[in-house]
Amino acid sequence: MFSGNSTTMEQATTRESALPPQQRGTLEGPVKLSMRNLDFYYGTNQALKNIALDLPEKRVTGMIGPSGCGKSTLLRVLNRMYDLYPGQRAEGQVLLDGENILESSVDLNALRSRIGMVFQKPTPFPMTIYENIAFGVKLHERLNRADMDARVEWSLTRAALWAEVKDRLNTPASGLSGGQQQRLCIARTIATRPEVILLDEPTSALDPISTLKIEELIDELKRDFTIAIVTHNMQQAARCADQVAFFYLGELIEVGQAGQMFTAPKQRRTQDYVTGRFG
Amino acid sequence: MSATVMQAPPKATSTAALLGRRRRRIDLAARVFAVVATLVGLAFLASILITLFYLGAPGLSLHMLHTVTRAPGSNGGLANAIVGSIIQAGLGTLIGTPIGLMAGTYLAEYSNGTKLGNAVRFVSDILLSAPSILIGLFIYQVIVVPFGGFSGLAGAAALAILVIPVVVRTTEDMLRLIPITLREAAIALGAPRWKTIVFICYRAALDGLLTGVLLAVARVAGETAPLLFTSLGNSDYSGLGSAMSSLPITIYQYAASAFDDWVQLAWTGALLITLGVLAINIVARTLVRRR
Repeated sequence: MFSGNSTTMEQATTRESALPPQQRGTLEGPVKLSMRNLDFYYGTNQALKNIALDLPEKRVTGMIGPSGCGKSTLLRVLNRMYDLYPGQRAEGQVLLDGENILESSVDLNALRSRIGMVFQKPTPFPMTIYENIAFGVKLHERLNRADMDARVEWSLTRAALWAEVKDRLNTPASGLSGGQQQRLCIARTIATRPEVILLDEPTSALDPISTLKIEELIDELKRDFTIAIVTHNMQQAARCADQVAFFYLGELIEVGQAGQMFTAPKQRRTQDYVTGRFG
Repeated sequence: MSATVMQAPPKATSTAALLGRRRRRIDLAARVFAVVATLVGLAFLASILITLFYLGAPGLSLHMLHTVTRAPGSNGGLANAIVGSIIQAGLGTLIGTPIGLMAGTYLAEYSNGTKLGNAVRFVSDILLSAPSILIGLFIYQVIVVPFGGFSGLAGAAALAILVIPVVVRTTEDMLRLIPITLREAAIALGAPRWKTIVFICYRAALDGLLTGVLLAVARVAGETAPLLFTSLGNSDYSGLGSAMSSLPITIYQYAASAFDDWVQLAWTGALLITLGVLAINIVARTLVRRR
């Protein structure tokens, strides 16, 4: 179903991490997205310093760190969202299946159909629930009515929202609750069938029940998608992530398997942060 | 509780009471002033409306609505003036709205901080407050003189120029109200900029944009000065290529005449314009409230 995900032997070897072992997350398997010598600037202000990080395919990478440490900035680099704003620039490499997406020749709209993003606050479009899903799909594919219906149902089902909205697909999306709106945004993102999903604090505006639903959803989605999630909630990172990366002042301090990062971090600063001594 | 809790200094009760009384007095004075000022303003408005109804309503009749203007004493109506006004204001809006919409979109979505953007905004604001007779003279020079005569088209062009800055301003304001996160959400799905603007931003701001257009219509519907040098007026129905009648011009001509039936038609015409503008404003306000 997901073209481009086929793992021939050759691709698997080319997509192996080139990072030295101590910088690599200890997860096995092919690498979907990898950052090399990545610097990012807001004007003259450097927000990311020499980041090297691999996102393993079909795993969840949690990004943690105090406010302003650059984790949201990093997500916005990965789908080139920063391109909207003159004065923001990235240097280095971000390889998606081995291809550098920071090249100026990259087709941004096509790139963003491969790397989807869900934001902190739910952002339903001012249209019906059905149209919210169809909008993104229509940007990249021409489907007949029946196929579109099927796609809408598929994505809403995957986002654990279908049962709640199937009888009111043609009502405005603004009528949904906050948690439902956020799941709609996730459905909208997976409807375009991306390979990577970036989640920027997707539950920070939601109540505990909705948060739980979204966390369960993330667990379910990683069967098909490579996921990066920025979160301020340490428990959330521990619950959802396979691999956790800790950022501080624009630097990647440590990356490791989730269990190890929370129980036996190698760096002092990581330990201080995950135990709540600062941040 | 420890004994070293800081004591608040004792209140000087007499001063407090005195201050309280003074504040109350100032408050009362301010309130009375505000209410009186409001009443004075409303009184003028009410007196205008009452006079209009009192003097204009007797002339309201079907006959007036479907009879063209005629010589004094021969039982004329306002049909050509009403139709002319609708055509010129309608065509002016039709021409001015797309230009204003585009310029407003440029200002809100593309111009951020550029010199051109600031210049466009400045010029548009000046245009918004320019005396409308200047617009009439401008069109007289660039359309009426070269094409050798007054025309409804020239009148519509003058009104279009008045429509533009109103629509530019409301379009920019309404688009700026759309949160940046909504734009980013569309762009994150892989939508190109123009699709984001047309399908997401316009849609989110639709009521506001419509309101802007309606306010522009309301503004130009009553304009007299820009039509004086452009469409001039006509005593019968006419095409866009020749001089064309309009309600404001007819009112202007009839109100100052010495004939009772013409004066009556002027009052009735004034009432019609007022009712029309009032209706447009009510619709616009309802749209805004729905947001």
